[in-house]
This record gives sequence, C-alpha cells and structure tokens, in this order.
Amino acid sequence: MLVTLTFYLLAAVAVMAAFMVVAARNPVHSVMYLILTFFSAAGLFILMGAEFLALLLIMVYVGAVAVLFLFVVMMLEVDFVEIKQGFLQYAPFGLVMAFILFLEMVLVGAAYFFGDSGVPDTDPEVSNLEAIGSVLYTDYALFFEGVGLVLLVAMIGAIVLTHRARDGVRRQDVGRQVARTREAAIKKVDIEPGEGIGP
Amino acid sequence: MNAHITGFWNEVSPAVWFGLKLAQVLAFVIVLALLVAALVLADRKIWAAAQMRKGPNVVGAFGLLQTIADALKFFFKEIIIPDGSSKFLFILAPVITLIMAFLAWAVIPVAPGWVISDINIGVLYVLAISSLGVYGIIIGGWASNSKYPFMGALRSAAQMISYEVSIGFIILTVVMLAGSMNLTEIVEAQAGGFWNWHMFRINVMKNPWNILLFPVMFYMGVLFFISALAETNRPPFDLPEAESELVAGYQVEYSSTPFLMYFFGEYVNIMLLCSMMTILFLGGWYAPFDIGVQFLPPVFWFFLKTAFLFFLFAMVKAIVPRYRYDQLMRLGWKVFLPISLASITCVAAWVTFFG
Repeated sequence: MLVTLTFYLLAAVAVMAAFMVVAARNPVHSVMYLILTFFSAAGLFILMGAEFLALLLIMVYVGAVAVLFLFVVMMLEVDFVEIKQGFLQYAPFGLVMAFILFLEMVLVGAAYFFGDSGVPDTDPEVSNLEAIGSVLYTDYALFFEGVGLVLLVAMIGAIVLTHRARDGVRRQDVGRQVARTREAAIKKVDIEPGEGIGP
Repeated sequence: MNAHITGFWNEVSPAVWFGLKLAQVLAFVIVLALLVAALVLADRKIWAAAQMRKGPNVVGAFGLLQTIADALKFFFKEIIIPDGSSKFLFILAPVITLIMAFLAWAVIPVAPGWVISDINIGVLYVLAISSLGVYGIIIGGWASNSKYPFMGALRSAAQMISYEVSIGFIILTVVMLAGSMNLTEIVEAQAGGFWNWHMFRINVMKNPWNILLFPVMFYMGVLFFISALAETNRPPFDLPEAESELVAGYQVEYSSTPFLMYFFGEYVNIMLLCSMMTILFLGGWYAPFDIGVQFLPPVFWFFLKTAFLFFLFAMVKAIVPRYRYDQLMRLGWKVFLPISLASITCVAAWVTFFG
C-alpha cells in the first residue's frame, strides 16, 4: 500500500520534472528540474531494493554531472528568443526520437508483462553491492575493462582536443622554486657611493 | 539503540518504531546543534589564542554564551532579498546546505549501536550526500544575481568536485582494508589498540606485512585531512569566500536567518568530516589502549578524537595562509589524485597477496 503510493508519487514527480526540463524558460531552472528527475529515479531504485544503484545515480549524476551542467549553463550568456526560434525546425526530428523511445518502452513493458523479461531473481541474502561486484568482475570482466578503456580514450581525446600550447605563458614550477638556493637568488654587491648597481 | 530492542519495537507496532526513530533523529539534531554552538566558540578562541588575543569573553562566563547571542541576533534581523534575484532559489540554497549537512549524520555510528540507520553502504551514502552539498553554494551564488557571489559559487563548485574525487579514492583504500562499506564494520575492523587503526596500522604481531602498509595508510590519513579542509571550504582552501578578493564569496548577499543556515551547515559539515576521519582512520569509538580505561564510555573516545581533529582544523585556520586558486587546483588534480590512485593499487595488491 505505502510502497505503491510512494511509487506513484515518485513516478509522477519524475515525469512532471522531466517535462519541465524541456518546458522551463530559464536553462538554469531546466537543470534544477533535471536534478529533481534524477532524485525521483533514485527513489524508484530504492523502492526496487537497488540501493547501490540509487546512491551511485545520486553520486555520479546529481553530484558531478549535473553540477557541471549547472556550471556551464550558468556561465553561458543565453539568448532565450534565439533558442525558441529553432524549435519548429527540429520538432519533426524530436518527434521521431520520442516515438522510438516510446516504442522501446512498450517493448520492454510487453516483455515484462508476458513474463520473459530475462531479469533473474535476486537472492535476498546477498547484498546489492556484493551481487553486482560478483557479476561485474567475473562474467563481465572483459566488458567492464572495455568500458574503462573507452572512458580513458574519451578522457585523453578531450584533453588533446582542448589543449593548446601557447607562447609566453608563465607557469609556476614548484620543483624549480624549491630547488632554488640562496646562492642562485642573492648576489652580494659592493657599491661605490654615487655609482649605482649598473646594468 | 540495540538491534534487538529496535527489532522488538518494530514487531510491536510500526508507529512506535517510527516514534523511536524520530526520537533518535531529534537527539542527534539537538546534540549536534549544541555542539556547533560550542565548536564555533572553540574555533574563535583557538584562533584568538594563536594571535595572542582573548577572543569572545564578554557574553557569559568566558564568553560561553557568545554563539547563542550571535544566533539570536541573526534570528531577529531582517531578511534582505536582493532585487532581481531568483527568490525561491535564493531562500532554498541555505536550506539545502543545512539539510544536506544533517542528512549525512544518519549513518554515522558514534558508539556501538548508536546510529540512526546502520545501512551496509554507509560510506557511499556519506559520499553521495556530501556531493550534494555543492548545490547549496552554487545555487546560492547564482540566485543572488550578483558578481562576487557568482564567482565564489563557481570557484566552490570546481573546488569541491575536484577534492571529492580524491576523497572518494582515499576512502576506497579504507573500504578495501576493512572489507565493508558499513561504517560500523569499518570501525570494528580497527578494534584493540591504536596499532590497529587504519592510520597507524603497525600491528606486526597480527600480520608481519602490516609494516609495508603503514607508510601508505598514514599518508592516506594525512591526505584525507587536507582534502577534508578543501571539501568544507576551510582555510587555507577558503577560496569561495576569500574576503580579500570576493568580499565574502557566495554568501555576500545573505543576511539574517539564511546566513545563519549557511554558517550552521558549514560547521555541521566540518564535524561530519572530522567524525568521518575518526571512523575511517582513527578507530572510531575504540580507545587507543584497551587496558585500564574500560570505565570510559565508547562515545567519549569518539568525541575526544573528533574534537582533536576539530582543534587541528582550527589551528590550520590560524597558521596557514590561503592558497592561490591555481595552486589549489594543482594540488587536487596533480598531487592528490595520482597519489591516491597509486595507493589504491598498492593497497589492493597488499590485500590480495598479504591480507
């Protein structure tokens, strides 16, 4: 009873917030609604007993990815009228995407309804973390490492694409600063009166 | 609260269980609020002593009531909401900071069984909640619709995300050694004297290879402390509120109760990280020697260690000059991150071959 009620509450909030992500006028508010959607999804995960995934969702998406979204959106000087102008132009494309997503969800739902979802039953004795770890690092170890490699390549790619070598940049080299001795830094000069240090 | 007692009440009636949990939460909140009042005063007194001043000494004996007087002052002031600000978000931001600061305490065990919720992924929960703390600052800075708060918010977001990464990796080494993400089990893995604590793991009688682990884990403890300073925006990493550059950073426009909420949330967060360090590295509620001190309750040791760490926080504030922003980023990404990653590899190898 309570679980069903909570489910409907979270699901309603998630759907409404997801709608508001698209509908909100201010992009910063859009990101806020996106965060609310993530939260509701995390709540749904907890209802299903997948508390590890829920916390991971909050930690990775809400705690890091959405913060970076917010960071970028706040920095941009966005002209709202300009964004709205392209709306009709991209509407057909968006509708096609929405239809494909809808179809996929119907298929998943149908598979679950007819009882061959392919999801194995979980052992209530084994904790979430243990269950995921024992599958991820044995049966799917190769795929897991593959994903890690893809992420590494993406990271290096991002650095290579954005890095520019500029001339005349003064960098602080801590090692050099520490290695500097008194002899290299200070010169003792005996100056005659009225002559100055010279060149 | 003992597990079988709560189990018993749970069987009697869910309503009674709910009431019991509510009482636990209230107890935690009240004790934390009182401790914050004491810690703010301690912070100011330590800072004053380091500068050969007296610090607050007028309100109450030795200035003991100074914090309460300050809090009352903030309550009775007018809330000023800047023109052109996003009003809802402006008020929401300090509330987020305060709630997130308290929320993480739900899984902190201060003594055997003295914990609101003993979940088996407590470490992950604390990390997740503390990663949400950024929102209070970044939303507040943006909603103020002002230059300095915005710059402070951006700095703070970058800083907290950077140091969260290394904190996560440092905690992972402890999780691997303890073999659990449950905070109670992590503490219990360090039972029996300070030579079993994760920071000083030199008990060669138990496992001769502990001698190899000691330098790595000691270093991890130091790194965790420094990262905790950066995570809570404490000096020398208080760039989000650097008064010489940004006036007061993200909280420039805040006054009255919203400011108090920020202030309060900040200190609750500091206590949280002190107690996390106590749990992860300094053996939680266990005494440094388990002979002759059994008459002291476990919570005393927990409090003592946490208070000592807070003393270190206050001393660092008093004696270390503020970092420059690029130095801060360099320290986070070029020093802490590689070292903590290397340590994960070392500790994992140790656990596999010698553990």
